[in-house]
Amino acid sequence: MPGIEGAAPMTERAEAIAVTNLHKRFGALEVLKGISLTAYEGDVIAIIGGSGSGKSTFLRCINMLEVPSEGSVAIRGEPIAMKQDGLGGLAPSDRRQVQRLRSRLGMVFQSFNLWQHMTIIQNVIEAPVHVLGVSKAEAVARGEALLRRVGLFEKRDAYPAFLSGGQQQRAAIARALAIQPHAMLFDEPTSALDPELVGEVLGVIGDLAKEKRTMLLVTHEMKFARNVANHIVFLAHGVIEEQGPPEQIFGAPKSERLKKFIHSSH
Amino acid sequence: MAADPASMIDWGLLALDPPGWGGVLLAGLMSSIKIAIGGYSLGLVLGTGGAFGKLYGGPVTKDLLEIYTTVVRAVPELVLILLLYYAGTDLLNRLAASLGYGTVDISGLAAGIFVIGVVQGAYATEVMRGAILAVPPGQIEAARAFGMSPLLALRRVTLPAMLPHALPGLSNLWLITTKDTALLAVVGFSELTLVTRQAAGSTKAYMLFFCAAGVLYLALTLVSNLVIRLIEARARRGWAAR
Repeated sequence: MPGIEGAAPMTERAEAIAVTNLHKRFGALEVLKGISLTAYEGDVIAIIGGSGSGKSTFLRCINMLEVPSEGSVAIRGEPIAMKQDGLGGLAPSDRRQVQRLRSRLGMVFQSFNLWQHMTIIQNVIEAPVHVLGVSKAEAVARGEALLRRVGLFEKRDAYPAFLSGGQQQRAAIARALAIQPHAMLFDEPTSALDPELVGEVLGVIGDLAKEKRTMLLVTHEMKFARNVANHIVFLAHGVIEEQGPPEQIFGAPKSERLKKFIHSSH
Repeated sequence: MAADPASMIDWGLLALDPPGWGGVLLAGLMSSIKIAIGGYSLGLVLGTGGAFGKLYGGPVTKDLLEIYTTVVRAVPELVLILLLYYAGTDLLNRLAASLGYGTVDISGLAAGIFVIGVVQGAYATEVMRGAILAVPPGQIEAARAFGMSPLLALRRVTLPAMLPHALPGLSNLWLITTKDTALLAVVGFSELTLVTRQAAGSTKAYMLFFCAAGVLYLALTLVSNLVIRLIEARARRGWAAR
């Protein structure tokens, strides 16, 4: 894995996601206070931090599920066009651009968010067919291959409510892979799972990391972050308190907050 | 003669051909069903639009819809029917006259469908609004995250996801609609209740005809229940058994 040896990602790889000076305010509360982060193709970046540190909000700003109050986001070098919303914040100025960029960012949610009225295979082919315009036959063929990969082929015609949490999350990962994403965004993918189901989901995500897929991963699983990520970002109180390769972050943390955080999460 | 109860009921009065009134009764039932289906469909359209307007519309839209649902649900339906039917026809005629069309003849069916539709629309708005709010926000958020436009998300996710929550309320509204058609008797529309009254009045067989009408309304409800059950099973297909 090329990116794993250095703290700074190698520059010959293209930028997948570039975030510059991102702020997010909810009323008087400033959750993100100026975050800049670049993910290059093939990077696996784990974002860690205590609850309330703003890590999920940061991830959700990348595909504009949360609209930043300040700052900019660029996907594969294309900045998301923003305008002033007249209330001192920002709003995306081109809805179609946002929809187009979203359609190639595979998001995996903490609570799975599979569409309950669709079977697993229908969930997987929904965005390819109705957003990307792939033919149904092709989407089904690719979708079944993805389901086989996450070990859910035989569940393709089941409805989400009849699956375990771990199975639902693996199906959600297949759904995100089905759009052939430029990058994957994982928002605490194992936090809603029973402990005995965490392993199967981490196994699937670990395999994706080995393929050098570009991934941003918000997680509480420190051991997992250390094993699969080539870059760790520690958020505290809305700023990047410390970042670097996993050996440095976990082996030789510099900031007091990070030391305390790593100590408390063991 | 009076000792034999069977002779008190002249079943021949229910024969389909005159002098029996059976055919007239069935024609009245068909009129009632037509008005119910038409009014209910109009109500569903108004209700869907009203619910989304109330949830996602601008302040003016929201206020107007609030006035609509409050007023229509506050005023007795009988009053609304009299008001909309007589005042509505009058208004339409004046409008037509001022535009130089002369008086227009409004068909009882169209007026009935309109009146029932407006009333049902107000109730359906609230049923649908509640159902949309019951859809877990994550379902809609996932639709957005995968690049769906608001309209696509509405069609592919929000509407089918809210249906199981809306169906109990909407089925209730349908059954109420079938019986609301009887109110149109007051404006002289030949639906089941009015023709029953005519049959009973001219034969003096009140018991027989009103019981017959009751049986017809009951049959309509029973058939409706079967259909509702099928739709509900289909809409809840993704729900785990409780």
